[in-house]
Amino acid sequence: MNYQDEIDVELKKLLTRRHFFRDCGMGLGSMALASLLNRPGYAREQSPAKPKVTASNPLAPKSPHFPAKAKRVIYMFMAGAPSQLELFDYKPELVKYNGKPVPQELVKGINYAFIKPDAALYATELRFARHGQSGAEISEALPYLARVVDDITIVKSMTTDAINHAPGQIFMNTGSVQFGRPSMGSWVTYGLGSETQDLPAFVVLSSGGGISGGASNWGAGFLPTFYQGVTFRRTGDPILSLASPRGINRQMQRQSLDTLKMLNEHHLEVTGDPEIATRINSFEMAYRMQESAPELMDLTKEDKATLEMYGATPGKPSYANNCLLARRLIERGVRFVQLFHEAWDHHSEVVRGVKGQCKVTDQASAALVKDLKQRGLLDDTIIIWGGEFGRTPMVESDPEANRALGRDHHNKAFTMWLAGGGFKPGITLGKTDDLGFNIVEDPVQVHDLHATILHQLGFDHTKLTYRFSGRDYRLTDVHGVVVDKLLA
Amino acid sequence: MGILKSLKLLVCLLVMAGVGLVSVEVSRAGRLADPPVHWAFIPPVRSSLPTVKDGTWSRTPIDRFVLAAIEKQGLSPSPEAEKTTLIRRLSLDLTGLPPTIAEIDQFLLDRSPEATEKLVERLLASPHYGERWGRWWLDAARYADTNGFEKDLPRSIWPYRDWVIRAFNRDLPFDQMTIDQLAGDLVTAPTPDQIVATGFLRNSMRNEEGGVDPEQFRVEGLIDRVDAIGKSWLGLSVNCAQCHNHKYDPILQEEYYKFYAFLNQDDEPEVEIPEEKVIRQREEIGGKIARIEDELIAATPDIDRRLADWEQRMRPLEGNWSILKEGSIFASFGTKFDRLPDFSWIPKGDNSTKNVYVIQTRSPLRKITGLRLELMTDPTLPFNGPGRSTTGGLFLSEVVLEAGGQKLPFAEATADFSRVLYPIKNTIDGDTSTPWDIEAGPGLRNQDRKAVFALRQPLEIGVGGSLTISLVQKQQDRINIGRFRLAVTEEVGPQADPLPSRVRRILALPAGERTAAQKREVFSAYRTTVNEWAVENEKIAELWRDWPYAATTLALKSREESRETRLFKRGDWKRPGELVAAGTPAVLPGMAASLPRNRLGLAKWIVDRGNPLTARVIVNRVWQQYFGVGLVTTPEDFGTRCEPPSHPELLDWLAVEFMEKGWSIKHLHRLIVNSATYRQTSRTTPLLLEKDPTNRWLARMPRLRVESEIIRDIFLATSGLLSRKIGGPSVFPPIPDGVLVLSYGGATWNQSTGEDRYRRGMYTFWKRSVPYPGLLVFDMPNGDQSCPRRTRSNTPLQALTTLNDPIFMEAAQALALRIWKEGGPTDRARIIYGFRLCTGRQPSAFELQQLTRFLEQQRPGFVGRTASAVYVAAADPAQLPEDVNLEQVAPWTMVARVLLNLDESITRE
Repeated sequence: MNYQDEIDVELKKLLTRRHFFRDCGMGLGSMALASLLNRPGYAREQSPAKPKVTASNPLAPKSPHFPAKAKRVIYMFMAGAPSQLELFDYKPELVKYNGKPVPQELVKGINYAFIKPDAALYATELRFARHGQSGAEISEALPYLARVVDDITIVKSMTTDAINHAPGQIFMNTGSVQFGRPSMGSWVTYGLGSETQDLPAFVVLSSGGGISGGASNWGAGFLPTFYQGVTFRRTGDPILSLASPRGINRQMQRQSLDTLKMLNEHHLEVTGDPEIATRINSFEMAYRMQESAPELMDLTKEDKATLEMYGATPGKPSYANNCLLARRLIERGVRFVQLFHEAWDHHSEVVRGVKGQCKVTDQASAALVKDLKQRGLLDDTIIIWGGEFGRTPMVESDPEANRALGRDHHNKAFTMWLAGGGFKPGITLGKTDDLGFNIVEDPVQVHDLHATILHQLGFDHTKLTYRFSGRDYRLTDVHGVVVDKLLA
Repeated sequence: MGILKSLKLLVCLLVMAGVGLVSVEVSRAGRLADPPVHWAFIPPVRSSLPTVKDGTWSRTPIDRFVLAAIEKQGLSPSPEAEKTTLIRRLSLDLTGLPPTIAEIDQFLLDRSPEATEKLVERLLASPHYGERWGRWWLDAARYADTNGFEKDLPRSIWPYRDWVIRAFNRDLPFDQMTIDQLAGDLVTAPTPDQIVATGFLRNSMRNEEGGVDPEQFRVEGLIDRVDAIGKSWLGLSVNCAQCHNHKYDPILQEEYYKFYAFLNQDDEPEVEIPEEKVIRQREEIGGKIARIEDELIAATPDIDRRLADWEQRMRPLEGNWSILKEGSIFASFGTKFDRLPDFSWIPKGDNSTKNVYVIQTRSPLRKITGLRLELMTDPTLPFNGPGRSTTGGLFLSEVVLEAGGQKLPFAEATADFSRVLYPIKNTIDGDTSTPWDIEAGPGLRNQDRKAVFALRQPLEIGVGGSLTISLVQKQQDRINIGRFRLAVTEEVGPQADPLPSRVRRILALPAGERTAAQKREVFSAYRTTVNEWAVENEKIAELWRDWPYAATTLALKSREESRETRLFKRGDWKRPGELVAAGTPAVLPGMAASLPRNRLGLAKWIVDRGNPLTARVIVNRVWQQYFGVGLVTTPEDFGTRCEPPSHPELLDWLAVEFMEKGWSIKHLHRLIVNSATYRQTSRTTPLLLEKDPTNRWLARMPRLRVESEIIRDIFLATSGLLSRKIGGPSVFPPIPDGVLVLSYGGATWNQSTGEDRYRRGMYTFWKRSVPYPGLLVFDMPNGDQSCPRRTRSNTPLQALTTLNDPIFMEAAQALALRIWKEGGPTDRARIIYGFRLCTGRQPSAFELQQLTRFLEQQRPGFVGRTASAVYVAAADPAQLPEDVNLEQVAPWTMVARVLLNLDESITRE
């Protein structure tokens, strides 16, 4: 169902009525709005206890299709594609075939990005062990994650359509390998609105290198642009243009805004255009953001134990700081936080590379699970960890390119993990063949993962739609099955 | 389909039937059971003007339709807007720039009845009109300055953007504009402009990531082109039939690929477009060279005999070569290759690193004495190549030939050309740090070259014996070989043909059949071999060094050999199905038999008088630009699922009028902006809001926040900072720190200086993966796809931008200075001046009073040259004029900042 147009119309009507009838509090207008939104299949005004929400705010909180297990998402996007064979998918059989050419029937008709079709198989040098009560098998590169395995849900049977980074990332984030679709964060924000008036609803943090898929990874596609992710900078003010220009202090800014408000209100009286009311509101939100964003970023407010748990250092941008910031963001009502860590494209020396990146990320990723659990936030927050695809059981080696003991891109099987938000903790779903090449049990397509995440947020993924170009689009395109086995 | 949706559809059909837009007789076999033909698929006919009660209000026929609808709603139109509002509205709508105070005063003083019409004509004649409406088209054209995807490298396609601006300025008829953009290269004797225009189709993204399959992304580029044509001209979501028959509109999957087949027949060259100046300089240089050569010829009575002798001597030097036709190629870093019909290889995708091309092949000869490498030009390479560097150059470090696991030593390497200090022998010296370079300087560098590698010992390999050839390129990133071909010989002592390939081809013609130009080319080659002409040869070489180059742009070129098109099962390019021939969807009037089944035919079909969609789609999108919403609310979709038009007769009247008046966009503008509808005030009343909250019936003019790029233009124009330069390469205004870090591989942003720092927003370099934040925040489309309809959002991040972004603050400072210098002697006069600059009108008493109070409130804080005063007064206080006092001007910056941030300042009232 898709009520977007009616909602637009109604919002305008209500706002203007409010203006002319001086019905400014939470009177008639808001009640009528609530009744409008209180339709099956779409958003309802959620908490009447939030009187600040104005009718023209398209990001006002909304309720999903059915009671949700989770309210928000933190997505740790491991861009570049981490090797599942070094981290989660232990293949003792590979040892036997180490150095032997991959069986030709496996690779028939497959074009690889970098390697030749007759590349040799390659067994990891990393050791694996079982951990926790669940006995999940984890590599030695992830000592911290090993301690929280009973709280996470591992999916060893992910598959995707793309084998190049940009299309792979775009597919994982938007459900299409072609550019132009809304990202998952945008869909979720469109469906649920925002719980915060002082911060963006969908925040993107980054560490590591530049991101292959670029801004379309968090773009709104054809959804209205206010649903797109807002990138926070690593240094300086997190939000662009957050600080007032030099020489203008908080008082001067307030005085300026007061004058602006009076003049804009005056013009609202003259013209009767409700858009001016929205503009006034935007300026006031901007003013609040100027205060709340620096407070949010100030990690010195965290106690020493917490900083140590994450391995975060105030003032020194890092993946660990981003994980801690993610917690602070969701505590303040941000709906969707996405951390991009582009660092995993190990075409050479995959073992050394994976170990290095685990040193940078493992502790903080695990700490986030632990911290949210301690604070009671894990139950209704979904944590997602994973890259855009996996890596080949075959070795990538090319002396001309200075590459040895690496792995190429592989889309047929890879691993992701989730936590919280009603995902069943302590399980490992899916199985690959002896070489780790193909999935033999419980394959999970990208669209299935999306459908399952939306389900936990209270949406029937086939009904969270937006009409564009004559078609009701959705995150899962025309695919997607909720993976019940993953759910508690 | 939900019940609600079915109801909606039913209502939609009923409404359409009611207004006579649905005819139920026609149906097509194999579709839904006898659906009524959708109104948009029936060609428009000129509607008669409806009768209205108020006979005095209408100015243009548009008004009759609008008024009829207003009256039907029981409403009446709003009064005409004030003149100050009208001139600002017209200036912003037609040029994207606010009027100057002088222009406002002039308009106010002109009390003639046709004052507004005169203003309209002035604005339509302004060169900035083409910028404003050109950008409108560029949204649909998905214009951007980079290739997109991971590498997102810069591309040069701004000549297309400038062509669009010029096309609008000279009011190129839209049908011709369509033909030029879709098939400019296929018309008879195309002009350079028509070649540039094909850039519309080239605005697709291009994937140069390592390891990509070139064919996959060529296909995706074509899918994007089908989508862009669907959205920009036809208002049809053709792309919905890519994987299966269209769910809602009568378009079969096969028809999608028939449409796709029109676009599947091209090469994608980057072409140089020399402007007048460059052409003149080249003619001059060419003339000087020709005169020197003329003199040499004149001074050599036996020139014909000498040339014939030389030709005779040259004849055997070509050698006898067997092309290596078999085998495969592999390169590092995931570079992939196309194989052309002449057995040359051409790399696609990644070019970012130093590479090695390894070719596995089989010998066509029993014995081999040498290997030949031909480096070949190709229109898809920069300046035709033969290399992949930005100038078409390359470096070759080593050539290695292996057979039976043995590296075969070479005795000698020869080439038809080597740059001094980079001789061909560097390729067989075993040292990868010394390369061969074919750089021959301006005007001479982009031609076929060849090198021959003679084996020390003849190789008895036998026909079919395996050979491995490695072309090692280790000198510099992005300087790899473009197109090349390999051959072997069994002749003794093989050497590279010293003649350039072009000359060799001329020599193959009988002397009597050569043109004068060809004869001269032969002479030029001969001349360089004559020792006694050393002085003249050096003079000519000197002249070549000044050979100028012009900008390049991306264009299309029809292939000589056609490419077959197959349907892709479920849209998967790896699952080709049946062959399809180019054709248009059967639901629309067919293509005339006389039209060629190529892009030109397609373009002519699109602008055929009988095409029911094109004119409607265009007039609707123009309408949307003025009124915020189109007559059809979805400009990209006129299919069966679109809402019925608010004023169907008006839409059809406009479409027919547009076509009959020569597809003139300016005519369309005149019809709209001279209408009473357009001249209404945008002030509204409780009654209007109650009865028509979304202003569907236009009993008032909508207020619209201006587009992203125009917000910047307004700030810069009002403050006097704006450069009004039109066109040229895109510019790099300051970008905040920490933005480009998100770019893969880290983008460079060579910040523009001087006036380029203050160019109009539409000239800002548009990087797809990291869009310019100051524009993106106001809903600038990202250029990934055709965008016929922008969002118009209103967010706190926008407020932060206009309040705090350095360029916006700089505008406030410049405006303050302008107010201070030009605004008059009193606070009051200055406030009024600043207010007029920003809004075009006089402030009310209340506004004046509030701004005066604010000014007074701000003053004490700046007394005594405080740090605050220094920072606030000017971006660079050293640049302040001597007679301007910091503490006096600083409070005016505060006032100017408030004025620029008024809702009214960035709104078209």
